[in-house]
Amino acid sequence: MKNPRLLAQRRAINVAFIALSVGAALFGIVWLGLILYELLVNGVSALAPILFTADTPPPGQPGGLANAILGSILMSVVAVAVGTPIGILAGTYLAEYGRHARLAYVIRFVNDILLSAPSIVIGLFIYEVIVVRMGHFSAWAGAAALAVIVIPVVVRTTENMLLLVPNGLREAAFALGAARSFVIRSVTWRAARAGMITGVLLAVARISGETAPLLFTAFDNQFWSTNLNGPMSSLPAVIYKFAMSPYADWQRLAWAGALLITVAVLTLSIIARVLERRRS
Amino acid sequence: MVDIALTETLTATDRAATVAKGGRRDAAFHALTWAAAVLVVILFAGIMVSLLLGSMPSIKAFGLSFLISEKWNPVTDKFGALASIYGTLITSLLAMLVAVPVGIGIAIFLTELCPRPLRRPVAIAVELLAGIPSIIYGIWGLFVLAPWLQVHLQPWIIDLFGNVPYLQDFFAGPPYGIGIFTAGLILSIMVLPSISSITHDVFLTVPPMLKEAGYGLGCTTWEVMWRVVLPFARTGVVGGAMLALGRALGETMAVTFVIGNAHHISTSILAPGTSISATIANEFTEAVGSLYTSALIEMGLILFFITFVVLAAAQLMLGALERRAGGAS
Repeated sequence: MKNPRLLAQRRAINVAFIALSVGAALFGIVWLGLILYELLVNGVSALAPILFTADTPPPGQPGGLANAILGSILMSVVAVAVGTPIGILAGTYLAEYGRHARLAYVIRFVNDILLSAPSIVIGLFIYEVIVVRMGHFSAWAGAAALAVIVIPVVVRTTENMLLLVPNGLREAAFALGAARSFVIRSVTWRAARAGMITGVLLAVARISGETAPLLFTAFDNQFWSTNLNGPMSSLPAVIYKFAMSPYADWQRLAWAGALLITVAVLTLSIIARVLERRRS
Repeated sequence: MVDIALTETLTATDRAATVAKGGRRDAAFHALTWAAAVLVVILFAGIMVSLLLGSMPSIKAFGLSFLISEKWNPVTDKFGALASIYGTLITSLLAMLVAVPVGIGIAIFLTELCPRPLRRPVAIAVELLAGIPSIIYGIWGLFVLAPWLQVHLQPWIIDLFGNVPYLQDFFAGPPYGIGIFTAGLILSIMVLPSISSITHDVFLTVPPMLKEAGYGLGCTTWEVMWRVVLPFARTGVVGGAMLALGRALGETMAVTFVIGNAHHISTSILAPGTSISATIANEFTEAVGSLYTSALIEMGLILFFITFVVLAAAQLMLGALERRAGGAS
């Protein structure tokens, strides 16, 4: 039954296939490597202490990104402070109270859609609901848009992490006579804490690079501002504006900002991973 | 760890009171979590309703012609979204054409071919790259990729297809650098990590026994992947690709930098165009007049609708997979 030609043919197809998928992997890795390389080369050459001490300059003058960094941090903090409790409570409902309720299926579905919904649409939504009502751009609106992005991320990770908590733990606490809410807060949350923190970190990483929802909510501000009721600068918005400009020094600042964001995002994701791994 | 201080001398009435208190707190906490969960649905409904209300003036003024008109003239208040819708669809299609095969290739490489000690680091690297913000891809596309394409790849493509009937129109010059093609390419690089990491996860749900049985029968790696792994993982792979498509359709920053912002449809994919998200990002803050703003919001509504359909399909497919994986283990 031996058929050497068939065997040779199958081997040839196999070799071609292996070459193709190794090629695909190389192709992908080369592109991504190129991006990181250019980012490092251009970003590092633009790094200087003045980035953190001076505000965004008019073209042709020395300056930094201090106001943009401050704005990004302020809005992210507010967004996380608002979005995290809501996300954790909603995730808790899905995992603890409504695990098999029909409502929970709807919420899960909607949440997963929101998780990947275009962020620019969320910007439009907040513009309609907050900016139009207030009559002006504000950091509150920017933070609200970011919070809408934080919530689904936290809901998903919280639910996943709570589902990993063994039922035996809950039952042991119930057997001691503890009320359900007490069990959730003191047993389940505590057992899933590292995973839930991971979710929050991932959410921070996600919003720190978001540009589209900030363009017409927080807008931009050339100056150092801590007034959440007025327009506020943010790193992504500054990168967008400066990169699209024809001025070389603005473009250098854009690269520096891009490097800062990437480093921040990668650091957060790596910390999140380490936390997650320690748990498992 | 848990401090439940129950005194031993608890009378029956105290006991009843404690239980009742626990019950009340329980109900309050239950209601609180329920409210937070419902808020997610309210947000979703709020997005739809506010976009719908915001686009009412434009819907009333243009009706269906908004969808089929290419005309975009803020000066005369004549708006049609066709060029943007076309740009959104064609750039995402291009992105999928490149990213799906390459992403699956990477996933196959990771699950079957990659030397074992390298697997975890490469898989983690791919996942980390999936988290890089889109504006980074945008700035790279604008400063590095577009100039390179303009000088090297595009003139070559234009020459290559210059005398081929039909195709010459798709690849007609001049080489702008920026344009539909560049935007599609950037998008494909951007969704690549998410496609390969989802596909990789899906491949890992294939029971090793099935693959081992295949190898045991003397199958080559290709035969195992093509006849065993891919059929088993089909729904998940398609779902992952749909999820990536949903993200590509709504992607703003990576596209806005390089698409060229031209409100008309060219047959050549090398020409500048625009997409829904790029139009909104570029023009929203500068839009004067309520009809202009409303037209942009209606475009947002269209984008939300398109991505909703694609993402919902992706959810249903990935959900089916999850249930099966849950049932199998």
